Amino acid sequence: MIKVRPGSHSRMLSVGAYQPSRIVPNSEIVDKIDSSDEWIRQRTGIETRHFAEADESVLDMAEAACRQAISRSGIPIEDIDTVILASITYPYQAPSAATALIARLGNPKAAAFDINAACAGFCYGVGMANDFIRAGSSKYVLVVGVEKLSDFLDPYDRGTAFIFADGAGAAVIGPSDEPGISPTIWGADADSRDAILMEPSWNAFRHGAPDGIWPNISQQGQTVFRWAVFSMSKAGIRIMEAAGITPDQLGAFIPHQANVRIIESMAREMKLPESVVIAKNIRTSGNTSAASVPIAMSALLEEHPELHGRLALLIGYGAGLVYAGQVVQLPPKY
Amino acid sequence: MALSQAEVLAGIKEIVEEVAGIPAASIEMDKNFTDDLDVDSLSMVEVVVAAEERFGVKIPDDQVSALATVGDAVNFIVKVSA
Repeated sequence: MIKVRPGSHSRMLSVGAYQPSRIVPNSEIVDKIDSSDEWIRQRTGIETRHFAEADESVLDMAEAACRQAISRSGIPIEDIDTVILASITYPYQAPSAATALIARLGNPKAAAFDINAACAGFCYGVGMANDFIRAGSSKYVLVVGVEKLSDFLDPYDRGTAFIFADGAGAAVIGPSDEPGISPTIWGADADSRDAILMEPSWNAFRHGAPDGIWPNISQQGQTVFRWAVFSMSKAGIRIMEAAGITPDQLGAFIPHQANVRIIESMAREMKLPESVVIAKNIRTSGNTSAASVPIAMSALLEEHPELHGRLALLIGYGAGLVYAGQVVQLPPKY
Repeated sequence: MALSQAEVLAGIKEIVEEVAGIPAASIEMDKNFTDDLDVDSLSMVEVVVAAEERFGVKIPDDQVSALATVGDAVNFIVKVSA
């Protein structure tokens, strides 16, 4: 008989975020895409976003967010035994960003790996962290979502140039006497995987892609919007059912910050009462893919400290198309 | 069973009011979604998704842009429900 190690319930102990200091208003974007500030605000809700400087890397941003999350958690870095990093914009295939990160953080012996679940990456990571702790494989897990999408944007692409942005967010997840994270509801709709793409492939680029185009992100906006509006509110309802809660028990709804119109449509379809605070951090952050949920969570807790310890519905969705979400108890007051 | 024009119009009115905040009373068959009702392309997608669910029909992406007026949408749904 193989021995098993009993795990425990888990919860989020802290969240941290980092956004580059350079704030880019719509007015800096519109000339190249023949658009207007008003059009972008009306279609997406975005007013400003943050772009990293050329010498500010994915790792720099991830480290800053993680240091804030670790400090807020009160857990010594050496006690964090697992690091999951979600990103689609780390410009090295190997070794992973997570291993570079643990070396920088001063805990180079932790288990560390990257995941690619695009804008759902953080919620995929939270689900894994919860399951690792419950299974006894890990005790304290650092989950970080980080993106430098400005490196992979075509500033002349009218479908994406105004949407995507840079930043990092992280959470420390650890053992708890009570369940603080619900089962994860996750899945894909891979028949629509062409709806959001980073093209060309590195091989095609190496062998002379047309016009020497560096891989950049493109999306079929209407297809993605339709999928999100149709499928993600249903996923949200399934997440609440899995958690055994009703919408009125939520303190906050913190979805991936893709488009304020999608966020509002989901809230309406899920019949969230007005008492639920809805994160709309996209207005000043743009879409930061894997980083958007923890950035929005950190900002929401700063704005609404009364939400510490309350329940929040998280859901991430993006390229794949993939999605994941869970109900979590928000971290206690730092 | 085919849906009647009246019941589809009544449903579309409710959906457009909920999605775009336009009073149902001002929504008539000859109204153009964009020009008369100020329903933009994203709201139109929301209307289509809601209509598909409500009436149990499929409205493919390439058909959506052909639905210029409320009447176009109502007649399309009546036709595919038959």
